[in-house]
Amino acid sequence: MCLAIPMKVIEIKDNEAVAEVGGARYRANLTLLPDIKIGEYIIVHAGFAIEKLDEEAALETLQIWQDIAEFTEKRQNRKR
Amino acid sequence: MLKYIDEFRNPQLIRSIVDKIHQECPDRTIKLMEVCGGHTNTIFKYGIQKLIPDNIKLISGPGCPVCVTDNSFIDKAVKIAHLDDVIITTFGDMIRVPGSTTSLQKEKGKGIDVRICYSPMDAIQIAKDNPENEVVFLGIGFETTAPAVAAAIQYSSNNRITNFSVLSAHKTMPYAMKGLLDSGEIDLHGFICPGHVSSITGIHIYDFIAEDYGISCVVSGFEPLDMLESILMLIRLINRQESRVENQYTRSVKENGNPNAMQLMMNVFDESDTNWRGIGVISKSGLKIKKKYQDFDANLKFDVVVEPSKEYPGCICGDIMRGVKVPTDCKLFKKICTPENPKGSCMVSDEGTCATYFKYFPH
Ligand code: SF4
Repeated sequence: MCLAIPMKVIEIKDNEAVAEVGGARYRANLTLLPDIKIGEYIIVHAGFAIEKLDEEAALETLQIWQDIAEFTEKRQNRKR
Repeated sequence: MLKYIDEFRNPQLIRSIVDKIHQECPDRTIKLMEVCGGHTNTIFKYGIQKLIPDNIKLISGPGCPVCVTDNSFIDKAVKIAHLDDVIITTFGDMIRVPGSTTSLQKEKGKGIDVRICYSPMDAIQIAKDNPENEVVFLGIGFETTAPAVAAAIQYSSNNRITNFSVLSAHKTMPYAMKGLLDSGEIDLHGFICPGHVSSITGIHIYDFIAEDYGISCVVSGFEPLDMLESILMLIRLINRQESRVENQYTRSVKENGNPNAMQLMMNVFDESDTNWRGIGVISKSGLKIKKKYQDFDANLKFDVVVEPSKEYPGCICGDIMRGVKVPTDCKLFKKICTPENPKGSCMVSDEGTCATYFKYFPH
């Protein structure tokens, strides 16, 4: 029921978007998320777009852990 | 490479979070409950429990919409399905869930018309294509699904589609969590809160759990990096002896959720007491269709009588959803009860705890 993965909007027609992930395409009704644009990423549930993916927030989450991982690696290299 | 998916499965980043968890974990038992079936799936798929210290116990809760749907709901759907000219429409998993004596799938062999829909809007299309029939949609799911069904009801009302109705068993998450805590059966140190429910509701629906029960809540995404970061956030809160609500899943969950979807849900549904399979009635935890939309309420439209419902003898789904037992405690698990031939609701859906154990448990 829940497609818990972000998909990229590739087409919008009236109140419906077509979104794509890994080559598979899904329809998404836009009643709950009317302001979506082509190229943005959405979460689709039961055939409706329920939320837009905040790309900045996604990169921020990743950046924090990338920094920590790099830092740890550097420290380990120094110890060797 | 799948953008915004694969990065959250990066082994190097996961390793650094796991290291932090091991460094910061206190040496007493910490019990964390994930309420969403999607999270249960991630935990098993990626072996999260094996990555973290043994004294952090991850407990599965009542977050699979199919699993918590009361037996009598399925019994009622079966009765309605047998009325003349009715087409039942539903999400796929629901048709295999056993009711007291039968499931929609078994009845399908006996000539009833049941169709699987990807979206409630598909059910409306079926209603448009079959004006001579009554099309009934089985409305199950939490705050993630309820707005979509509300949108379908409002659409039918605006477009005068009079042969469409919804049998609503929608439920809301925070009152279920409250129900579990009030039962006093489990003692928890933290909740891993459902990401996509929170996309709709925002994060403040859990405030009362942190404030009144002193239990921290972290709203989590569904990738392994998300789940591990959420566990770390909970451990940090526990170490600081703070109870708060925090948001790990910032890329999909805004503080105030999706107000547009909330508004639509509130326009169509009222809060109501509702029965949870294996848990019982939890006050205010259900959504019933407002009077204004009563023409679309299958509960009122079809006058059917259902006998008191029965559970399959020996099935302990209820205990599993309350977090007091695990599937391997069930004598029927893997022997009599399998995904091909489920005896209880937890074995049906991919999000069900028994089905997840069946898929990933090595023994
Ligand atoms: S294994 Fe089957 S019978 Fe046992 S609790 Fe799970 S669903 Fe019920």
